[in-house]
Amino acid sequence: MSGDDAHARELAMLGTARAQVRFAVVLAILVALPFVATPFQLDLANQVLLASIGALALMLLTGFAGLISLGTAGLLAAGAYTVGVLVREVGAPFWLTLPAAAAIGACLGLIFGLPSLRLRGLYLAISTLGLHFVVVYLGGEYEARATLSTGIMIDSPSIAGWTLSSGRAWYFVLLGFAALAVLISVNLHRTRTGRAWRALRERDVVAGALGIDVQRFKLMAFVVSATMTAVAGALFAYFRNFVSIDAFSLYLTVQYVAMIIIGGMGSIPGAVLGAAFVIVFPYAIEAIAGYLPARFGNMVFALDYAAFGVVMILFLLLEPDGLIGIWQRMRNWYVARRAGAAPMKARR
Amino acid sequence: MSQQLVANVVVLAAIYALVSAGYVLVYRVSRVLNLAHGELMMVGAYLLVATAGLFSGNPLVGLLLAAVCGLVMGIAVYAVLMRWMTGEAVLASVLITIALGILLRGLSILIWTTQQLYPAATFGWHNPPVAIGPGVRISAASVAIVILAAAVYAALFVFLQFTRWGVRMRAAGQNPLLAEQRGIRLHGVYAFAWGLSTFTASLAGMLLALDSGVESTMATIGLKAFPAALVGGLDSLFGAVIGAVIVAAAEIAAIQYVNPLLSDVVPFVVLLIVLAIRPWGLFGSREQLDRV
Repeated sequence: MSGDDAHARELAMLGTARAQVRFAVVLAILVALPFVATPFQLDLANQVLLASIGALALMLLTGFAGLISLGTAGLLAAGAYTVGVLVREVGAPFWLTLPAAAAIGACLGLIFGLPSLRLRGLYLAISTLGLHFVVVYLGGEYEARATLSTGIMIDSPSIAGWTLSSGRAWYFVLLGFAALAVLISVNLHRTRTGRAWRALRERDVVAGALGIDVQRFKLMAFVVSATMTAVAGALFAYFRNFVSIDAFSLYLTVQYVAMIIIGGMGSIPGAVLGAAFVIVFPYAIEAIAGYLPARFGNMVFALDYAAFGVVMILFLLLEPDGLIGIWQRMRNWYVARRAGAAPMKARR
Repeated sequence: MSQQLVANVVVLAAIYALVSAGYVLVYRVSRVLNLAHGELMMVGAYLLVATAGLFSGNPLVGLLLAAVCGLVMGIAVYAVLMRWMTGEAVLASVLITIALGILLRGLSILIWTTQQLYPAATFGWHNPPVAIGPGVRISAASVAIVILAAAVYAALFVFLQFTRWGVRMRAAGQNPLLAEQRGIRLHGVYAFAWGLSTFTASLAGMLLALDSGVESTMATIGLKAFPAALVGGLDSLFGAVIGAVIVAAAEIAAIQYVNPLLSDVVPFVVLLIVLAIRPWGLFGSREQLDRV
């Protein structure tokens, strides 16, 4: 077999019949879902899809390139506020606001990324945290200036008389955006850029010695990630018909960081799984709280905080590979058992 | 007027200095950034609420008991949680402190609700304003904070410089491997550093609670003290004092002359400026910095 064929096989995403069947099944389930789900389940699915975009963006940055960022909430806020301000001030349509949000995201990504050229690890996390507060302040300042005590209302996007407002329509739009985010992530991961990022993650000095333009790829990771996050923020604004700075607290950043930890660091399906876990988690807690004494029932959000903290700690201590790690171990165990061998020892 | 401003700066700087001492202690000894520090400070304040309920007639016993509980809490956090993160990646240990912070926030709301609580009222103390100059008044609790901050820093200096455990702590911070080879039990030293860090933060939280009550947003003050630690240099206690003064002055000036909304963001703007110009801080050691 010639080298070209090997390369083509490497590049094909659905190279084997098995992968094609699996893809078809997943696609069928995803398309059928909105027609069988209740409105509540559909809303949940929409939230998961929206969160997946942000989680994938953070996974590119932290999971692939190894650059720590605590700026997700700030970038989401930037995207949402770009929409809010443009809609409120000039009544811009969505086909203008979305690219604008992406452009703002790219610029902010460059700014968020600049410290990464000098700083590493902890200090980088801190500088992105500082930028988070600056972005949130600017949003709050705009709200105060415009005397919007409650936030900005945003009409649903409409095109040629048709308005995007039903949960089912949103589902397909968000599915499209999430699929695009997955496609971008997969392609970046398996090509030259992804390999450069992985080299950076392991050791940036060595990456530089291997001829990788360290500064360029670091900034690129920030710009790509921030652009995706800002677009997710813009979609969030339209999806909720409302923007308020209170929605973009540090806790939101923590939730996104938790998504990539719980899902499994460095894994694309992990980002989506983690997003689903973190989005569904408060609803599960709410359901459980119904069985608890009324004293706790009245403070579901505090219960949610506490339980979320515990789950995050348990994952960090006991399962650093996340849900994907658990899945892989189960699969290994099953395969080994079928092959008649003793179950494989867990990889640590 | 301007004298009142100076007094306000001094009080705020004392609060930041008291809190940021904890960041520096833990970072200097174990290279861990504790982002749950603000929440630990808040829990310390709530501990005073709890002891105030038990010893309402005896404020001193209540304060002492709460302070001891703060120390124990820090040691417990290390023994139960942070001990397992030794040698793990920077990201993992920072994240686990963030997770701890969320857990503490949730638990404290479950126990003490979101209402503002006033332990001073339980003690039957009224926190009178004190005139410290012509036309300059600050609350009695604020005076206590300034005095306490000075006392804590003096005590920490003596402790780190002259006592056996202090020397061990510095040794562990400088070179954990050599320190361990000389027979220093790192886990013991780390646990003690966490205990001291939480102890000082709890003291700050308690006095703030006596001054203006405690509610779940107090953790934010703890986070705003972090820039002070970084401006001075994350591994320098002296730097933390200077950093606290700089951050407090910038914050008060911004509130007074520009916009009160700036209060939450100014410390982080100062932090970004320092990170851009001199990331190791004013008095931090340059070689400790994880630079590219």
